[in-house]
Amino acid sequence: MASRIVTFNLNGRDVEVMVKPLTTLQTVLREHLRLTATKSGCRQGGCGSCTVLVNGEPVLSCLLPVEDVAGQTVVTLEGITPVEGLHPIQQAFFDNYAIQCGYCSPGMIMVIKALLDRNPNPTRQEVMDAIAGNVCRCTGYESILRAAEDAARRLQTV
Amino acid sequence: MAKLRGTGIAAVNYPTGMNLGGDPSQALIHATTTGTFVISLSSTDLGQGLKTVIAQIGAEALGVPFEKVLIDTADTDTGPHCMGTFASRATHRVGNAVIMAAKEARKVMLEVAAEELEASPDDLDTDGQGNIYVKGSPERKIDITSVALAAHFKYGRSISGRGMYIKPKSPVDPETGKMDPDSTEAHACMVAEVEVDTETGEVTVLSLKSAYEVGRQVNPALVREQIIGGAFMGMAHALYETTAPYYPSPDHAPGNFSEYILPGPHELPRIESVVLEYPSVNGPYGVKGVGEMTANAPIPAIINAVSNAIGVRLTEFPITPEKVLRALERSPKMKQLTQASA
Repeated sequence: MASRIVTFNLNGRDVEVMVKPLTTLQTVLREHLRLTATKSGCRQGGCGSCTVLVNGEPVLSCLLPVEDVAGQTVVTLEGITPVEGLHPIQQAFFDNYAIQCGYCSPGMIMVIKALLDRNPNPTRQEVMDAIAGNVCRCTGYESILRAAEDAARRLQTV
Repeated sequence: MAKLRGTGIAAVNYPTGMNLGGDPSQALIHATTTGTFVISLSSTDLGQGLKTVIAQIGAEALGVPFEKVLIDTADTDTGPHCMGTFASRATHRVGNAVIMAAKEARKVMLEVAAEELEASPDDLDTDGQGNIYVKGSPERKIDITSVALAAHFKYGRSISGRGMYIKPKSPVDPETGKMDPDSTEAHACMVAEVEVDTETGEVTVLSLKSAYEVGRQVNPALVREQIIGGAFMGMAHALYETTAPYYPSPDHAPGNFSEYILPGPHELPRIESVVLEYPSVNGPYGVKGVGEMTANAPIPAIINAVSNAIGVRLTEFPITPEKVLRALERSPKMKQLTQASA
């Protein structure tokens, strides 16, 4: 099938990509646009490492044809990282030792961003529910839960 | 239907690295023109914090600030040789190699500083803040950047050092079989508390409490995170993970994260640990190592706790709900429970 042009808003800027039908958002981000913060773990929705925000909601970019985000707003980890320093959630991850190999971190941070945007003061249970689809094989999750709670406090005092 | 609770314990003696002799690692250190000390290694940081602890060890041995050390693990093809990051070995083996390399580099650094300060190298010391000073008169000092610039552009010297560590092979006494197989051993003991649902066969780990003896801790925060992550991974092995659920047939083997059963944040038990430090004889500053070993103790501790809870000895892990339900069929505790309720 012929390629077609898809336009969407990525990290605050309109982008236009030419893709074959059913090309995933993950492939467009990583291979066409070279934005590699969005990870490629299992490529079938089992690990959460490719999570991005589509209209503010966490979505597995490996399962989403890019045509489905035409005209919509996509935010990746690059989009929330300031030019200088770190986003408060990133800083909380850093300060709470919530990053070891780092492969799950971008997905975890985007899921927690979506959670804190709609629920600025979540309980531990709500944080666990939010990150339940994201696999971490290093930390045992404890430091990530700590980081999410710490990030909530930081964002409330900003 | 009942929830049965049980407690189990397990202890670990963990020999650091590969044993029976060998298992070498090497390190190279050189100062850049502006006095950053680059430590080149082929040892890989898997996320456990090897770069951080090696930079700490390098900074201590060189006598320079932590910020002045850069760890380069870019390429195992071109870097100095290392056997790898496994078996809780990297801090011990690589740390020793780095201390040896740092001694050689520090000697050159002090010789160059001695020329600049018009003093004897033996009379100089580092203050750990980035300066070299004359012992007894700390106002006579020179900063490390100036020393590195002078070495490169005035004296034509390389502030560098080579280091390696290898444990010599220990011969076996033909009469007694006695030998010294390992370099050092870390130890741990763990108590697991579990709850078993007799209706579903599911096991909930309530807590994992442990004591670790890992020699000197270079970075206690990173040691703690290894213990927590390892406890969780051990629990995952004990109760969930298997690549061959219907061993020996490979049919239905999981091929990806959607089918390979893992615990998630909801399964996180209470994890508590105390760390004891009995320095090793041959580790860098007394290090023994703590990494892979942290996943060992939870497996027997949890399995012992489940056996204690249901009164049946379990011998195959992971302890899936199916295995628990089958074991419950021959459990004396269950017989008592059903008789009591009848």
